Amino acid sequence: MMNLSRSVALISLFLLPLLSFSFSVDNPTDRRVLVLLDDLSLKSSHSIFFSTLKSRGFDLDFKLAEDSKLALQRYGQYLYDGLIIFAPSTERFGGSLDSKSIADFVDSGRDLILSADTSASDLIRGIALECGVDFDEDSSAMVIDHSSFSVSDVDGDHTLIAADDLVKSHAILGKTKIEAPVLFRGVAHSLNPTNNLVLKVLSASPSAYSANPSSKLSSPPQLTGSAISLVSVMQARNNARVVISGSLQLFSDKLFRSGVQKAGSPNKYEKSGNEQFATELSKWVFHERGHLKAGSLVHHRVGETDEPAIYRIKDDLEFSVEILEWSGKSWEPYVADDVQVQFYMMSPYVLKTLSTDKKGLFHTSFKVPDVYGVFQFKVEYEKLGYTTLSLSKQIPVRPYRHNEYERFIPTAYPYYGACFTTMAGFFVFSFVYLYHK
Amino acid sequence: MGGKQDPTANGSPKSESMGAKKASPDLLNSSFSFKSLKLKTKQQELLLRVSILGLVYVLAFIARLFSVLRYESMIHEFDPYFNYRTTLYLTEKGFYEFWNWFDSESWYPLGRIIGGTLYPGLMVTAALIYWTLRFLRFFVHIREVCVLTAPFFASNTTIVAYFFGKEIWDTGAGLVAAALIAICPGYISRSVAGSYDNEAVAIFALLLTFYLFVKAVKTGSLSWALGSAFGYFYMVSAWGGYVFIINLVPLYVLVLLITGRYSMRLYVAYNCMYILGMLLAMQIRFVGFQHVQSGEHMGAMGVFLLMQVFYFLDWVKYQLNDTKLFQTFLRITVTSAILVGGIALGVGTASGYISPWTGRFYSLLDPTYAKDHIPIIASVSEHQPTAWSSFMFDYHILLFLFPAGLYFCFKRLSDATIFIVMYGLTSLYFAGVMVRLILVATPAVCLISAIAVSATVKNLTSLLRTKQKVPQTGSTKGVGSSKSSSKVTLDQSQPFQKNGAIALLVGVFYLLSRYAIHCTWVTSEAYSSPSIVLAARGAHGNRIIFDDYREAYYWLRQNTPTDAKVMSWWDYGYQITAMGNRTVIVDNNTWNNTHIATVGRAMSSYEDEAYDIMRSLDVNYVLVVFGGVTGYSSDDINKFLWMVRIGGGVYPVIKEPDYLVNGEFRVDKGASPKMLNCLMYKLCYYRFGELVTEYGKPTGYDRARGVEIGNKDIKLEHLEEAYTTSNWIVRIYRVKPPTNRL
Repeated sequence: MMNLSRSVALISLFLLPLLSFSFSVDNPTDRRVLVLLDDLSLKSSHSIFFSTLKSRGFDLDFKLAEDSKLALQRYGQYLYDGLIIFAPSTERFGGSLDSKSIADFVDSGRDLILSADTSASDLIRGIALECGVDFDEDSSAMVIDHSSFSVSDVDGDHTLIAADDLVKSHAILGKTKIEAPVLFRGVAHSLNPTNNLVLKVLSASPSAYSANPSSKLSSPPQLTGSAISLVSVMQARNNARVVISGSLQLFSDKLFRSGVQKAGSPNKYEKSGNEQFATELSKWVFHERGHLKAGSLVHHRVGETDEPAIYRIKDDLEFSVEILEWSGKSWEPYVADDVQVQFYMMSPYVLKTLSTDKKGLFHTSFKVPDVYGVFQFKVEYEKLGYTTLSLSKQIPVRPYRHNEYERFIPTAYPYYGACFTTMAGFFVFSFVYLYHK
Repeated sequence: MGGKQDPTANGSPKSESMGAKKASPDLLNSSFSFKSLKLKTKQQELLLRVSILGLVYVLAFIARLFSVLRYESMIHEFDPYFNYRTTLYLTEKGFYEFWNWFDSESWYPLGRIIGGTLYPGLMVTAALIYWTLRFLRFFVHIREVCVLTAPFFASNTTIVAYFFGKEIWDTGAGLVAAALIAICPGYISRSVAGSYDNEAVAIFALLLTFYLFVKAVKTGSLSWALGSAFGYFYMVSAWGGYVFIINLVPLYVLVLLITGRYSMRLYVAYNCMYILGMLLAMQIRFVGFQHVQSGEHMGAMGVFLLMQVFYFLDWVKYQLNDTKLFQTFLRITVTSAILVGGIALGVGTASGYISPWTGRFYSLLDPTYAKDHIPIIASVSEHQPTAWSSFMFDYHILLFLFPAGLYFCFKRLSDATIFIVMYGLTSLYFAGVMVRLILVATPAVCLISAIAVSATVKNLTSLLRTKQKVPQTGSTKGVGSSKSSSKVTLDQSQPFQKNGAIALLVGVFYLLSRYAIHCTWVTSEAYSSPSIVLAARGAHGNRIIFDDYREAYYWLRQNTPTDAKVMSWWDYGYQITAMGNRTVIVDNNTWNNTHIATVGRAMSSYEDEAYDIMRSLDVNYVLVVFGGVTGYSSDDINKFLWMVRIGGGVYPVIKEPDYLVNGEFRVDKGASPKMLNCLMYKLCYYRFGELVTEYGKPTGYDRARGVEIGNKDIKLEHLEEAYTTSNWIVRIYRVKPPTNRL
């Protein structure tokens, strides 16, 4: 009895971390999300957004950004899987939080939604900069668009933008097309051109520019046209996802509910695209969609099943890899016709598109090139909105062994013949020469 | 402390080498003591000769054991580590696996076919010794066999030198030659225990081939020629220096032809040796068809054909009794033969069937060639032209005994002496071009010097003896009789001759004993350092050991993933694979210049450019050797200009003047900005600016170059320090993965 109870206790001890650690490789969707607000009233003014998250099973933990007990991790373990920062004006976080710890949070593979607004603080700008996004330096500047503003913009300064230039990706924005324009009021940002991980999800129209709406424009605005990004996403190399929005209002109940009509357009929509846009984006950023997982790369000679330690040149081999997609609840087979494998040594010697059996298994077969060296099977799958798959497996390729060459070459038979007749002739000649007379 | 050991070790070589030289005078003295044993003079002589040879044999072995006593039984330097690694593989996996070995751990990602790119003679020899010992139930480790292979073969060389000396002069010269070569520093430098390199067995094979060939020419016997062909085969299997044989032998034959010494003996010896030697050499994969396809081997083939023409003409001359007719025939044949040969060579070269001479061969004929065209050959320290001091260091008294020996050789010209003269002169020229070729010249220098010593001593002692028994001299001394008889005639006229002879003999013995002392000193002080373990004298005269290399390699072995790729300058490639068991990008087998240039480019670029190169080569670790703390001067900073040159040779973006200031290589504040920020500088001097290396000097004082460094605030972006050995000699950096968000 003692033994049994002890073993049960032991088992539960082992299971405990497994049970509590919901965010894992097997279950990539975030569960525990920290929401930082600079004003608790945001909780009610953005309640639709938060309630959709809650209804999808997220465990939201609302905290004031200045809260002195703020901490992302305890005893080296992260307490949250995701972070939403709706605190554009916060100059300093409370507790142990700063821009570096948020960068570390992202670098640990966790996700972030960051929303700035006009007069965003340096802290927020700094975090955005870490993710490859530059907000307009002028803190009072807003995005102004005199041609694609929303007609419901009563102020007349055309800062409520009806944007419909969305990125075309089912992975990021879902399969259902967002018909209504997305209402946006906030600050413009541009992307760091050297950073190729960040991309625009919602761009401004060519006629937009970034300036202070209440003062007269003295010099040409620095950010203009479609260089302005309104909402951007960044997927880091470890597949941590970040959404950066220039407008906090975009997520608000008010814009979620308001109707929209783009200036100069006859289409009038009862409801703006904001809700759909924000919901779909949150699904992407919290890994409910577009998350791929690959098994190990499997290869073997044709007709064999075991993986060899080395190939010979001109061997025929079969290659396969299993790729699964996370549907939000379970792993489903991933179906695509654009997954490629490289047989790579400094440059790809073989580049083949893998065919799929629709059950998640991608496979192909090819002949090892007539070059020896240390090769790699490489699967570099970078598809917009999906997690990047970067797999490689090293395998040396050797030349023929001494006894693997063709033994008797038909074209050389005259030479063999010549050789042996010479030998025989010499033998006969010796006898004749020595014993003749 | 080290000096204290010398006298004890010194004693034996001195006495024995002198004993060897005393061969002939001892004969006289010892004959009295042996009289009681009732041995005949011949038997006494044989006994003496065998015992002297036996002592020389042992001496040659033990003189090379300094390094084992000083340090431990370990493999030295760079190339021997590769040889050791391959030998280990051979003994573990057997010959066929070795023969077909594709090594994926070096030259990543190209790999290297070991079986097809090495001379297997050394490894097979060591493995055979190992297997024999195991068969005899001596369970030794393969490393011990490898360490002692070189001394063992040096001992064998003394025996060959004896027979060779006997062949070209007489037994006395043979004994002296054996004694001289046993301790000659020029040879010891490459054959101390642990110096497990191709040269260790190759010099034995070289001398054996020459000896057997000279013997074959002398006797005209097929069996000696066959033996010589097998000797040549062994040489080809052991060392690339076989090219020297395949060019010297035809040259010798050509000289004999020109000087009218053509004979049937020569015809038999050369044809048999060339044909069989060539066929045998083709069995070595690395050599393959070079004997019929490469420019370096064409001379031998030309001489072979010339010999046939010669023989044919001889026959025609014998058939035609008419001289006039023969003259016309001769003219036509010679012209057409030369024409056909020239056309064949021209077509072969133009079509690419016959490859042109290699860079190494060119640089031998034209010492400035490598410097202008092939920096990778010029960069190797042992390919530098020889300084006079190193001739003196390696040959000592042999340097002026050599001309004297040449004099004796010319005095008594024969086929054999012509050979040794040619061998001596050509190899001495090559020794002047490249430091490492002193080794090839050493046997010839020893043999010719031995002739000088032996002939002089013999003449002097016969003078001493003829004083007592004038009438007997002519008959007892068959060899050098003309010399002694002329002395005998002089003898009558010069009153102080005996005293003069005694004085001269004393002088000779003094010189020889100085030689013995010098050789022992050089061996113990200069040539017994393993170079992988460094030793220095401390402030109190105590010995300080820097074992940083092995420390670093063992760190790599224990702390890095097994498939990690290490980038370093090629010098350390073999050691990293052998001791660290990790994949390297380039190593000492410098077969791919572009790959080495890529590494050179990475080392001489800025960090971010270098990072791209390192990423493309999948580099995980970078290893640099740095002597700024210990004052170790052959470190990567001092080698750095070669990296720039070799890198610049392939990638013109790297320009040497960028790293120099007014043509001067500096690392202090006056250094060029590119120099101060290139990867090699950063990796060597990272955190060095905080360190006080010498009392009374500012921080960051580089002791190897004696300056305060110019860039003390070094920040690394894409690399991080992984390990630095206790004396900072080896520094290892980890290449970071690309940043997560950029």
